[in-house]
Amino acid sequence: MESAAASYVSLADLKSSHNVLATPAEAPAHVGCGTSGGEGKASCGTSAGPDDMPAHVWDKVKNHPCYSEEAHHHYARMHVAVAPACNIQCNYCNRKYDCSNESRPGVVSQKLTPEQAVKKVVAVASEIPQMTVLGVAGPGDSLANPKKTFDTFRMLQEQAPDIKLCLSTNGLALPDLVDEICKYNIDHVTITINMVDPEIGAKIYPWIFWDHKRITGVEASRILHEQQMKGLEMLTARGVLTKINSVLIPGINDAHMIEVNKAVKARGAFLHNIMPLISEAEHGTVFGLTGQRGPTAQELKAVQDACMGGANLMRHCRQCRADAVGLLGEDRSEEFTLDKIEEMEVVYDLDRRRTYQERVEAERQAQHAAKVEALAATEGNEAAKDIKVLVAVATTGGGRVNQHFGHADEFQIFEVSAGEALFVGHRRVDLYCQGGYGEDEQLPSIVNAINDCHAVLVSKIGACPRDELKGAGIEPVDAYADEFIEKAALSWFADYTGRVARGEIAHAERGDASIRQGAFTAAA
Amino acid sequence: MSLKIIANLCTGCSACEPECPNEAISELKNLFVIDPDKCTECEGDYDTPQCVAVCPIDDCILPLQTQAA
Ligand code: SF4
Ligand code: SF4
Ligand code: SF4
Repeated sequence: MESAAASYVSLADLKSSHNVLATPAEAPAHVGCGTSGGEGKASCGTSAGPDDMPAHVWDKVKNHPCYSEEAHHHYARMHVAVAPACNIQCNYCNRKYDCSNESRPGVVSQKLTPEQAVKKVVAVASEIPQMTVLGVAGPGDSLANPKKTFDTFRMLQEQAPDIKLCLSTNGLALPDLVDEICKYNIDHVTITINMVDPEIGAKIYPWIFWDHKRITGVEASRILHEQQMKGLEMLTARGVLTKINSVLIPGINDAHMIEVNKAVKARGAFLHNIMPLISEAEHGTVFGLTGQRGPTAQELKAVQDACMGGANLMRHCRQCRADAVGLLGEDRSEEFTLDKIEEMEVVYDLDRRRTYQERVEAERQAQHAAKVEALAATEGNEAAKDIKVLVAVATTGGGRVNQHFGHADEFQIFEVSAGEALFVGHRRVDLYCQGGYGEDEQLPSIVNAINDCHAVLVSKIGACPRDELKGAGIEPVDAYADEFIEKAALSWFADYTGRVARGEIAHAERGDASIRQGAFTAAA
Repeated sequence: MSLKIIANLCTGCSACEPECPNEAISELKNLFVIDPDKCTECEGDYDTPQCVAVCPIDDCILPLQTQAA
């Protein structure tokens, strides 16, 4: 495996300490730092985020909301549905809807021609300077009918050269198209890989269309697996960043996921995003109909934790809708329907976009400084050493604690310890507050969704939910309104462990939480 | 000798269109239709009708005759 580990940066390197001095600034294009073959563990000091990732990798990912955990607070991506055809069948997909790989299941995106898609992207990018990434994703496989995908990219590059391009694929057609991909200068590719063992694959993929035939059973998965691995190796060899999506299916590939993680890591995958199977009978998928359940929050986290140290894990993926517009977790697509775009006078203003992006850079620096400052607060506290807790955060974006408890339809989850506040995921919930009145029936479901958390950080919260949360053992905290999230979480942690140390409260573990299945489709 | 796409089953996914060796398939109001004059059921080109093999929906593409009957 010649290509192994080429641009691979390990999770620990990406997220942990800040040894600024260890940056290998002169890393050659598409090669990480001289690690080779085998386990592919990057051993040099390429460490997290802005200060210490190799410059060429950071350049590629820094403004991509799907790749950089920091960027998803500030930058937006957009998907267009131009390629609805698919060349395989997945048991978690009902092809009447979007591709479940990259989109929210059970949703239909508006299909666009490449011309319409480019017009839409340019209109959105002119209006929303945060929009830095265009992806072609579901419904369908972006490479099953590659002409539409590549036409879109080519036209867009002519009109808006600063927008980055990415695509997602099941990998079957990938090896044949890698050179084409490189021609269009697409530097992010997502491949959905659910298995590296065709026997397991046979439980996930009923058939593929290959060499003019429909192929079923283990044979189908064997071909798919070989194409996926080959495609990944080829992309790595050409210096293209790759994200691997895996759908976690309890009882089918959960115990196997660590093997998937190893295999993709060894082939140079940059990020591994393990996401929960979303399976409801009304989606009409095979898994929905056979009653195959999705994982609980704890099951998902256990697998993600087991894969730490493999390819970088990505935990902020929201399985966003394919035609969503906005920051991850928000959707402005209503403002950009086809009719409205037809009427718009679109002026593509590169300068305005640059100015915005410079402002964001300054904000990110401040965010980083606040975190460093907060980390100092737990120093010297003995009780803090052994404690690691989850906290839920209500935010509207910008990396701050700035949302009212009652307005949150999603909480970000951070794992906090003395050394760091690590983003580990998000939970969708039903809005507690609808039309200004608290809905008491919604509260138990919100408690269930964040039941594994010790605290919930909000900008404000009413008296009623406050008491209920306390009763359930979750501490409602509004003392850090408008602070940067990491700073707020670490400050709360210092306060909490201080109380534990003084014997005011006893620290106890919390239970499991449930992943809210319907919340993904409620708005559809 | 031709196949026919059952309109209320077709999702409009377009997967069948580029696979047809005779360019018999085209888009019509977001769905796809087969031109019976061009369709050969793939005889002479492939072992199985390509559109059927790639279509994600069971029984979406059937022989024209069973329709008439
Ligand atoms: S690759 Fe995507 S569109 Fe194709 S069957 Fe799988 S989930 Fe559905
Ligand atoms: S059966 Fe063959 S020739 Fe007829 S429409 Fe389908 S692909 Fe074309
Ligand atoms: S493959 Fe089937 S569902 Fe898709 S457009 Fe053709 S007939 Fe319709």
